[in-house]
Amino acid sequence: MSTAKHHHTPDWAAIRADFPVLDQKVHGKQLVYLDNAATSQKPLPVLNALRRYYEHDNANVHRGIHELSNRATAGFEAARERAAKFLNARAKEEIIFTRGTTEGINLVAHAWAGTHLKAGDKILLTEMEHHSNIVPWQLVAERTGAKLLYVPVTGDEGLLDLTHFDKLLKEGVKLFAVTHISNTLGTVNPVADLCHRAREHGVVTLVDAAQSAGHCPVDVQAIGCDFLAMSGHKTCGPTGIGVLYGRKERLEKMAPYQGGGEMISHVGFFKTEWNIVPHKFEAGTPDISGAVGLHAAMDYLDKIGRAAIFKHDCELAAYAYERLASLGRIRLFGPKTNHAGLVSFLLDDVHAHDVVTFADRLGVALRGGHHCNQPLMHKLGVESTARASFYFYNTPAEVDRLIEVIGEIRKFFTPKH
Amino acid sequence: MFEDLNDLYQQVILDHSRSPRNFKKLDGANRVAHGHNPLCGDRITIYLHLDGDVISDISFEGSGCAISKASASVMTTTLKGKTIAEAQKMFGQFRELVTTEKADSEELGKLAVFAGVHKFPARVKCAILAWHALVSALEGRPCTVTTEENPTVPKP
Ligand SMILES: Cc1ncc(COP(=O)(O)O)c(C=O)c1O
Repeated sequence: MSTAKHHHTPDWAAIRADFPVLDQKVHGKQLVYLDNAATSQKPLPVLNALRRYYEHDNANVHRGIHELSNRATAGFEAARERAAKFLNARAKEEIIFTRGTTEGINLVAHAWAGTHLKAGDKILLTEMEHHSNIVPWQLVAERTGAKLLYVPVTGDEGLLDLTHFDKLLKEGVKLFAVTHISNTLGTVNPVADLCHRAREHGVVTLVDAAQSAGHCPVDVQAIGCDFLAMSGHKTCGPTGIGVLYGRKERLEKMAPYQGGGEMISHVGFFKTEWNIVPHKFEAGTPDISGAVGLHAAMDYLDKIGRAAIFKHDCELAAYAYERLASLGRIRLFGPKTNHAGLVSFLLDDVHAHDVVTFADRLGVALRGGHHCNQPLMHKLGVESTARASFYFYNTPAEVDRLIEVIGEIRKFFTPKH
Repeated sequence: MFEDLNDLYQQVILDHSRSPRNFKKLDGANRVAHGHNPLCGDRITIYLHLDGDVISDISFEGSGCAISKASASVMTTTLKGKTIAEAQKMFGQFRELVTTEKADSEELGKLAVFAGVHKFPARVKCAILAWHALVSALEGRPCTVTTEENPTVPKP
């Protein structure tokens, strides 16, 4: 189960066969799926778990006294335990099921920041955050009068400029929220070090693990964060389910997020007592099948080993980076070394949007645009980039295909004399 | 082999995207409007000189993909000398063309090269961006319009 036991190289070709969706043609060409940072594909064990749940166990959780309800509840709570292990949380009570990273961050912004911040307090973010780790804080700032500060990004190589980090932390910062891996730059931030330094100043920390949880080992105790948010759909799980980890002491002092069923212990007409953590934060019928599917996804990933997955992703990205660089007349973003499994680029002569449309017709799925990083794009002085993002089922041959396709694109758009 | 792509990126379009016409700030413009496509970050500014209800001069500036740039460029060459009512009617026909291909291409003249766009739903907004900005300039709304809005074409 644990990643450490798997020293051998996984059989990537056999693993790829677990993903039926990859075996198809689009526009008459073999699909090459390189948009994994947007969402990952789902392996058969996850699809089977969803089907098995609906065929055998479907019922509502925590309320029924009948057999199916007991099974559904057991499945849902087993998924919580699995998620706790996946992130190395101390207890399953530290795991809240959400719709995804976005909802996890909004939950903290609402239930923690909304009641713990006052006018003049500072929220420290970084310039490479996804919109979902910026906008919820802007809303909180508006409500509470708190102010936003940003750790700068150095430029195209996309590293955090930490020169003034400790000084910034001392300026009345109450919360520091940072992405583990940048979805545009591929930067891997030293989150354990950053959270450690933040804690020394009594600052509460949140890590956006949307791009990391399914790609590399993530250990909330080693990172030392107070909160960590992730999405199931980027980690081989279904859409609609995500996990928020919260340090138990913090969760216990937090206001509820949404009101409704499940999150209460007693409701009167005028007053209500909250349920215990984590149920207090899970109002309404949750995404039960999603949790069951995510459980299967976490088992699947850890059977391969996330350390091996990360190595594979990074090697593909490094290979893609090198081959793209050798094409010339191209601007590449993100660090030159220690690059996570994605590469953002801009051809000097063809707009990203045209690259992505053209590549799609040749079977290669890329993403083009601002990647929900508009402030970062503005800082880098670009409107959009094209992005190829990899996962463990991608192959070096697919990188070669990408390079070949870019060659075709260049040929097409170069004026013929 | 690239049939759809050749339809989308007609030579005329590639030519206009590489060397856009009327690509400058218009000195003495009496109407200006900005267009922004938040999906891909394309930005465009349309400058107009209106003489009564006649577009006596028109130009644009901005950055964007081949489709949005060429669309703006071809639009400026088509609209010089047209009345406001004629321009608005053309917008309606152009939108019809790029979403359904069912438009009278004879009336649209050179704009008909954008017929291939309808096979690429994700690119319709690129083709229409300049026109959104145009309509807002004609209406004297200098604000930034985005392709997420759906400005109704005023009746001529
Ligand atoms: C770094 C990062 N944070 C947050 C998110 C938001 O994730 P979701 O849309 O699953 O809530 C994403 C997804 O694109 C992301 O890449």
